Amino acid sequence: MSDRPVIEIKDLKVYFYVKAGTVKAVDGVNLTLDPGVKMGLVGESGSGKSTMALALMRMVRPPATIEGQMFLDGVDLLTLKEEEMRRVRLSEIAMIPQGAMNSLNPVMRIRDQILDGLQDHGVRMSRADADKRITELLEIVELPKKVLRMYPHELSGGMKQRVCVAIAISMRPKVLIADEPTSALDVVIQRQVMETITRLVNTLKLSMILIGHDMGLMAQSVDRIAVMYPGKLMELGDTRDMFAEPLHPYTQALINSLPVLGKRGVFNGIPGIPPSVINPGPGCPFYDRCPKVIEGLCVKKMPPFREIKPRRFVACHLYEGVN
Amino acid sequence: MAPIIEMRNVTKLFGGKMGGKNTTVALDDMTFSVDSDFPHIVTIAGESGSGKTTLMMLILGFYEPTYGQILYNGKDIWKKMTREETMDFRRNVQAVFQDPFAVYNPFYKVDNLLSIPIKNFNLAKGKEEAYELMVTALKRVGLRPEETLGRYPHQMSGGQRQRIAVARALILQPKLLIADEPVSMVDASLRATLLQHIRDMNQELRIPILYITHDLTTAYHVSDYIIVMYKGAVMEAGDVERIIRDPKHPYTQLLVNSIPWPDPDHLWGEAAEGTARSSGVYQVGCRFADRCPHAFEPCTKSRPPLFKTSDSQVAACFLYQNNEILEKKDLGSILKR
Repeated sequence: MSDRPVIEIKDLKVYFYVKAGTVKAVDGVNLTLDPGVKMGLVGESGSGKSTMALALMRMVRPPATIEGQMFLDGVDLLTLKEEEMRRVRLSEIAMIPQGAMNSLNPVMRIRDQILDGLQDHGVRMSRADADKRITELLEIVELPKKVLRMYPHELSGGMKQRVCVAIAISMRPKVLIADEPTSALDVVIQRQVMETITRLVNTLKLSMILIGHDMGLMAQSVDRIAVMYPGKLMELGDTRDMFAEPLHPYTQALINSLPVLGKRGVFNGIPGIPPSVINPGPGCPFYDRCPKVIEGLCVKKMPPFREIKPRRFVACHLYEGVN
Repeated sequence: MAPIIEMRNVTKLFGGKMGGKNTTVALDDMTFSVDSDFPHIVTIAGESGSGKTTLMMLILGFYEPTYGQILYNGKDIWKKMTREETMDFRRNVQAVFQDPFAVYNPFYKVDNLLSIPIKNFNLAKGKEEAYELMVTALKRVGLRPEETLGRYPHQMSGGQRQRIAVARALILQPKLLIADEPVSMVDASLRATLLQHIRDMNQELRIPILYITHDLTTAYHVSDYIIVMYKGAVMEAGDVERIIRDPKHPYTQLLVNSIPWPDPDHLWGEAAEGTARSSGVYQVGCRFADRCPHAFEPCTKSRPPLFKTSDSQVAACFLYQNNEILEKKDLGSILKR
């Protein structure tokens, strides 16, 4: 395995155009993902994390625009033709969509839904081989063989979610993007599905981007965390470092607001509300909620996203002089 | 003083009679009371299908119990009530619902949600007084009235809408508030603030609150007591700190073990056991026996009563069969120490 990052995003901008102005859903994001790493992408609703995932799959439709560069194993996805991109999806980069349980076709048997993607990507095999392959896939995601012949309505939420995982890994992609894969599930099922996903990612040596807002789930499942705040990447670092010593004031406030064992009845909310992404100002999006805001600077200028110590990136004027 | 709300042996069935093939037992012989002398926050926790929302709908009077009674101030809410009594019940038992997007009519300004209860219950003498009430309530939940009143729901974020819903409950100063997953659809950074408002309401206005959730982390933080439900019945109940730190019932242990704590040094414990099977089908024995790693002979024979595992904790589990039994009707007593 090479040391080259499996995903390298450079100055990614995804803009939507609405009546009120330009929605800068993702605005100049730089991010690299090394092979075999599980990365969590956290942010509140509207922070652009799902848009990032869609952009990586190149599933943002015009008139929305994607600018910048996105390398998957050295190939800039934005330069590919549509047909080439279609081949790349599923076979190289696959996604478990948000609300995956509602993304299954209600009138198709599970077998055919899993087979659909394979056939579309040119896999030709006999009926018997197809059944064998799909049974294997179901086994990997810990589903019984009989699911093969079932329809989505016969499955529980957790089982449907597992089917979606099976579809996503059916072509052994290099990168798996999971967009809130467990958000609609109960704690026990959430844990079981999440453990299946992380086990798969580890045994198949995939890289994963796990999107979500639940810092608890991130702490349990990923190696690195990237924090987004409307349109921008604020901080990136290893999970342990991030929890031990959050650098960005937003990350600090976010981690401080989480309920942990032992501090019952202590609430540290973040005052204020997240900004709008329609025609954002030139400064840091967090400036009006930030307890450490530097008057006159933060509102005017977005700080650069810099590596201030090994493997640790942050976009904040507070660390301007560091390194 | 009589409890504000009392459930006496309440059973709620859906889809048929007791023992029927397609019958779902959503709530099974539940006895429980909320005392306004002890204004605590009590969490009702459980997975989906545990009956926690059914419990809320029953208390609010939206569902009629199949068996048993629900009493408000000692009066059965399903027996004939005078108009005054109905109004009193409607005013004093309030709810904040899960989905802050569904409770608003998109055609009306958000003021509507606040002004309707004021009008219905004659809380203000004139327009100015009504406005005053709205402003005070909004400020209390941390919203700027000038930026809130006169707006439409689509102009507000989920967190703001949920806070307006809490403000509405505040205006009425109810004697009981039921909050059904109030923060599950709200962003992480706003959750703590919203929970703080709920907590303040409980402590400053001394309003007892039932907090219904499947999220044990927020339950641990906001509530004083917890009732863990499974398939329509109580599995464990008592002091929240004790139960989260040292769960006694195997089901609670499973739940607590699955909490994703936001702490890389506090990872998930032993592997999670199987999933719920045949939910709601009437069966003899402990409802959790088919998933329970500790199940032994008595578990399949009869329903375990509530055994005391400490002076502020009970578990419906035969592992503790040598302990003292707490009568079902006394469940309330464990929640007011």
